[in-house]
Amino acid sequence: MIRPLILSLAALCLAPLGLTQPVAIIGEKVWTGTAQGTLTNGVVVIDDGRIVSVGTGAAPAGMAQVQAKWVTPGLISAFSRTGIAEVPGEKSANDTGAGGSPFSAALNAADGFNPDATPIAVTRLEGFTRIAVAPDARSKLFAGQGFLADTSGLPGSIFKQRAFAFLVLGERGAALSGGSRPASWTALRGAFDDVRFFTARYMTHNDGNVLTRLDAQAFMPAVKGEQLILIEARRASDLEAIMDFKQENPMLKIAIVGADEGWRVADRLAAMNIPVIVDAFSNLPSTFSQLAATSENAARLAEAGVTVAIVNLDDSSHQARLAAQIAGNAVANGLPFDTAMQALTTAPARIFGMEGLGMLAPGARADVVAWDGDPLEITSAPTAVFIDGVSEPMESRQTRLRDRYLSLDESERPLAYRR
Amino acid sequence: MNKLLLSAGLGLCLVLSACGGSGDGKKKSDVPRIFDPFPSTYAAYPSGATLITGATVLDGKGGLIEGGSVLIEGGKIKAIGADLTAPEGATTINAAGKWVTPGIIDNHSHLGAYPSPGVEAHGDGNEISGPVTAEVWVEHSVWPQDPGFTRALAGGITSLQILPGSANLFGGRGVVLKNVPARTVQAMKFPGAPHTLKMACGENPKRVYGYGRGAYPGGAPYSRMGNVAGYRTAWIQARDYKKKWDAFIDGTGDEPARDLELETLAGALSGDILVHMHCYRADEMAIILDLSQEFGYKVASFHHAVEAYKIADKLAEYGTCSSMWADWWGFKMEAYDGIRENIPMVHNAGACAIVHSDSDIGIQRLNQEAAKAWSDGKRAGIDIPIEVAWQWLSLNPAKSLGIDGKTGSLEPGKMADVVVWSANPFSVYAQAEKVYIDGALMYDRNDPAIQPVMDFELGQPGEGDRK
Repeated sequence: MIRPLILSLAALCLAPLGLTQPVAIIGEKVWTGTAQGTLTNGVVVIDDGRIVSVGTGAAPAGMAQVQAKWVTPGLISAFSRTGIAEVPGEKSANDTGAGGSPFSAALNAADGFNPDATPIAVTRLEGFTRIAVAPDARSKLFAGQGFLADTSGLPGSIFKQRAFAFLVLGERGAALSGGSRPASWTALRGAFDDVRFFTARYMTHNDGNVLTRLDAQAFMPAVKGEQLILIEARRASDLEAIMDFKQENPMLKIAIVGADEGWRVADRLAAMNIPVIVDAFSNLPSTFSQLAATSENAARLAEAGVTVAIVNLDDSSHQARLAAQIAGNAVANGLPFDTAMQALTTAPARIFGMEGLGMLAPGARADVVAWDGDPLEITSAPTAVFIDGVSEPMESRQTRLRDRYLSLDESERPLAYRR
Repeated sequence: MNKLLLSAGLGLCLVLSACGGSGDGKKKSDVPRIFDPFPSTYAAYPSGATLITGATVLDGKGGLIEGGSVLIEGGKIKAIGADLTAPEGATTINAAGKWVTPGIIDNHSHLGAYPSPGVEAHGDGNEISGPVTAEVWVEHSVWPQDPGFTRALAGGITSLQILPGSANLFGGRGVVLKNVPARTVQAMKFPGAPHTLKMACGENPKRVYGYGRGAYPGGAPYSRMGNVAGYRTAWIQARDYKKKWDAFIDGTGDEPARDLELETLAGALSGDILVHMHCYRADEMAIILDLSQEFGYKVASFHHAVEAYKIADKLAEYGTCSSMWADWWGFKMEAYDGIRENIPMVHNAGACAIVHSDSDIGIQRLNQEAAKAWSDGKRAGIDIPIEVAWQWLSLNPAKSLGIDGKTGSLEPGKMADVVVWSANPFSVYAQAEKVYIDGALMYDRNDPAIQPVMDFELGQPGEGDRK
């Protein structure tokens, strides 16, 4: 009901302009994510879904303008369950995992994605334009296939299916494999064998040593090094074991999720060029796999030269948006501001091979966010969000509820009539 | 025959309840059925006089002083103002550019009861064995060596309420602690803080008991109406129990047999034990308000209260608090209508708003949770000064715990529970630099010697947060 003026203005100007009209997005600060660094009084011109120019000086005449304190690329959530669970606590409204399925590695999270899911708009409103979405492991350490999507909430917002295979090792992987780390490594190596001897092994059976026929088929690109493998692991020794495995299988493309003790093996991660996706809030010995967890993990990993993306692992379906707050806290604990911004933009783009995303550069896709302040600051919020050049609605089911209840006056009619 | 020979327990009750903080001026019939066989042994650590100068000071009750000073002496706030002089021998802290606030009080934590590491053997936070377990006291589950206490301290937490979990209709007694590392829980107990009772609405009790036991139906309660019947049945028993003790104390009845469960409930009915109730949905909170009036007790605070914004007017009228997250939502059905403006909207209606954590991660930065809610409120047209919003973090939780006469604001005579922040604590970049509890410096971000490390972490790959 009471909404910032700039929003309604932006919506008014842009709605009729559509994709083909250019827009100048002007920021007192423009964080580009490129060698241009942070521009003061910068101008980003977008047209036809792409960024046309990024520079300083006066905005070109004759086009719509959006003014902001800060302008950044659309943020990228590097690990989430956004859009595959409407209410995680309700089985009927949760497609993150399938403990009762005979299948594992073949489970394609994209089949569960609902662009109408309410967390999509909630996440977009906080500046996230792209999400990497992973299934959860429930029956085996092989969770299935993850995908990449935008947060427009429109049909067709998945832009890459089967973008990565997601596996769970460490304590959780052990539990899913029968009770121990040796069991999970036996299963993982066995699965690799199933894939490598696929034709022979499945000639007469539907089952391999570890994987069903469908699972082995789906896991094949990962084993061949054609698909990214995301592995959840936390303890330093688990990370070492993964790096040993990568050394035995150098063709594999691996990134690690969690890596709470990553700082202890940071040099090797950097040398092996293995990126990590961390929740920088993790600073407690919450399990015996996180004894060395520290709020300086992200800073120490980055210092060693590891590519770091920052996410919220605590509630990844509904609160992926908190990654910006988490990145701000990482800055307070030693991570340089630019690296923290990269952890929400260029780093995830690099990890997932998202071309033309996570940066403001001529020719890049026009995912742009206008902010009312420093994007990592908890009191800041986006005032406009563009995805592929389209000005997105700054409305969610949450803002609708807020607007309904800002006044509790029911003297004329019940609140249910207010929309 | 026993009328004069009170049981040892009750004897203690009559003595200790007077020091329980609310005993004065009571009628005989109001004497609480609470006594504390596990009394606080906490004593403030030694501290000299400290003068903090040149800071932006939030006094905790709505005031802000630029270039302000806070004088701590004898473990208490001695003075607060723009121009204070250090007494002889005082340590002077130049806090120019920094902010000073009352210590943060989290009124919803499970630290110690669900400690780190969260292994099976540490799952002591909820006595799930039955829907009514008012007889359990969470302090008997608190492991003082939980490393989470030290992380919370680094986030400026000076007092906190530990609650039992929310599986049960009546989960048991909570306990209020000073956030001071100690060998025993007794040495953490906030001296004179009233006992509290945890209750729970909604999905959890009916899920755990109704369909959580592998049978169909599992048992009562199975539904929300079963929840309410369960509360009422227990309160009726408690009322009868209380009557028997009242009669005994009046000299008109025999000494009843003690019943731990009913002692707690009777204590809540007499107002000596403060009721803290986990409740998400607006309609359920409204039912509980009526139910509390049926039995004559008061809800001190609704916890989580994700829909408090929908009935903020009714909560204000009744005079209860809501302990809320800034933005948690949607993880279960009763959290589906969570909005970012809940806290400021409750405040704006004149009701008592509290920022709580229910999390060993969230408790480390409640100031940031308040800041998010504050700024989201501002964008929705609810403009609350920071110094007023700080009440969500200290004074209001203190009120909900019955300790606001002792802490929760920087007023002369109150406990010197004080945080010096590196910057405006409503910024993500601010850190709690110094944390004082009863005047003693218990945490210093820039001095490893003043950073506690719990036994569990000693000799491990990470000793504390930032080894």
